[in-house]
Amino acid sequence: MSQNFQLVVVSAGTSDPSSTRLLADRVAGRVTTLAGKRSQTVGTSVIELRELASEIANALVSNHIGPKLQKAITTLQHADAIIASTPVYKAGASGLFTSFFQVLDNDLLIAKPVVLAATAGTARHALVVDDQMRGLFAYLRTVVVPTSLFAATEDWQDNGLNKRIDRAALELVALMTSGFEKTVRDESWGSYQHEFGSAGGTELTIDLDSDLMRLAAGGAAS
Amino acid sequence: MQFGIFSVSDITRDPVSGETPSEAERIDAIVQIAEKAEEVGLDVFAIGEHHNPPFFSSAPTTLLSHIAAKTKKLIVSTATTLITTNDPVRIAEEYAMLQHLAKGRMDLMLGRGNTAPVYPWFGQDIRQSLPLALENYNLLHRLWREDVVDWEGKFRTPLQGFTSTPRPLDDLPPFVWHGSIRTPEIAEQAAFYGDGFFANNIFWPKEHYIRLIKFYRQRYAHYGHGTEKQAIVGLGGQAYIAKRSQDALNEFRPYFNEAPVYGHGPRMEDFMEQTPLSVGSPQEVIDKTLTFREHFGDYQRQMFLMDHAGLPLKTVLNQLDLLGEEVVPVLRKEIEARQDPETAKPPTHAGRVKDKYGDKPARQPRPNANRGDNVTGGSPYQDEK
Repeated sequence: MSQNFQLVVVSAGTSDPSSTRLLADRVAGRVTTLAGKRSQTVGTSVIELRELASEIANALVSNHIGPKLQKAITTLQHADAIIASTPVYKAGASGLFTSFFQVLDNDLLIAKPVVLAATAGTARHALVVDDQMRGLFAYLRTVVVPTSLFAATEDWQDNGLNKRIDRAALELVALMTSGFEKTVRDESWGSYQHEFGSAGGTELTIDLDSDLMRLAAGGAAS
Repeated sequence: MQFGIFSVSDITRDPVSGETPSEAERIDAIVQIAEKAEEVGLDVFAIGEHHNPPFFSSAPTTLLSHIAAKTKKLIVSTATTLITTNDPVRIAEEYAMLQHLAKGRMDLMLGRGNTAPVYPWFGQDIRQSLPLALENYNLLHRLWREDVVDWEGKFRTPLQGFTSTPRPLDDLPPFVWHGSIRTPEIAEQAAFYGDGFFANNIFWPKEHYIRLIKFYRQRYAHYGHGTEKQAIVGLGGQAYIAKRSQDALNEFRPYFNEAPVYGHGPRMEDFMEQTPLSVGSPQEVIDKTLTFREHFGDYQRQMFLMDHAGLPLKTVLNQLDLLGEEVVPVLRKEIEARQDPETAKPPTHAGRVKDKYGDKPARQPRPNANRGDNVTGGSPYQDEK
């Protein structure tokens, strides 16, 4: 049965075109091809964090989510798979990149498959993805594919990068088409922490049969 | 419908003059602001509660009883009274006392408070904030309705044979609003007891409030207090008014840009577009405020934040003139014309006495002579056997 999957690229690259975006696009292209071989189609949307920079900063300091940021949140909420790509600055992911993921609701990305990618001017930053970025995505309860992508200047002339892109893309396709996210969300959504209105404004379940609800209606605290 | 102002009690540097008022100046100013609210025909003045600088309002009932003494018609209220870090017994006593002194011209709004260190300063744990708030209010509700309370809970020391004095004026507990931004349990508690629900309506896009108010209305009806339309809803809002909208924008911008909470963040125009903030001519403020009932349903109380972010007293008083003379009279007329006839009347002491007693006289509790304890024997009051 053919399915249409939504792939979302999040890029914190700042130049146009940026190598950060280029790396993400290479993965996205490969994901589309590999899915096509399995008779699946993939629609790709791109979130350029550069365009959201001021709204991300506003959200961090005032909790106010602007319309462009809200649109990005809605896009991610409907994503079947995510490619998150950032430049490395001062031995870490771009502050814009981490800020964006820090303002998202904790439960927005639960069980979504993710490819992590980073670019840098030197190979000395190669462990930033595995050492620093994975923790953030673990906190968000995403499934990061085993192969992380990192491209320093010299990697753009090394066929090894292509091989790693192929690997990461296949891993993402395997997770995306496995129904993993759906199974987790269908059967276990309630066992993760939520707030009313979280998950990008979609988590509206109210459990009237909870201890707190009984306390609210004059009962005793347990 | 009632209209009023609520103050956070922030003491903020005026970004235009560079001056920061002293605590003494700001406390004097708030009394003048409250008196002005009555003078220009507003119905309600409410003050926040904080326990850290740069805020002055740590003792709201002291301030409000002073204001009540200086006014004739104004209802004094809070925004909010901390139901988490205050002992519910002290809330019962202090606000019943205020109710007597204000001759019923008072109510209060409960909130949990989001200043993290206040919890440990008062011996509480912020991680327990929600069950603490819910349990405290369950106790407060009883203290105002039962002459003698035996109580045991999780958070407070137990009570045996305790009577909260004075008993509420006319034996009618103060009206309570429950303020919440995104907590269904608080809306549920407001609905369970048939109390009011208040959405501060300032920081977030309206969709967040619409959902919770809708839930509160459904549960209010579920618990048999009336229909969904008869639930008691209050809303916040904020405005800066000038005869010409361009003047309003120019005058308010420096205060907006440095305001606590949202200052140094979004552009004022974006914030106006995406939140209930109105900055403009009286007509623009009227038009925007009139949209609130379309989103939330007809409601009983509209509060405006007018004195924050370092706005000098003179400006605030001028704002209140514009609000009271050019905005609120039009809103009253327009809303009355549009309001669903099923809508509940706003809560007042006189109206609630009538609901409780009809034409009969209200109960006036008279205590028996002190017998040393409340535990043995019957009621401490003469009319209860």
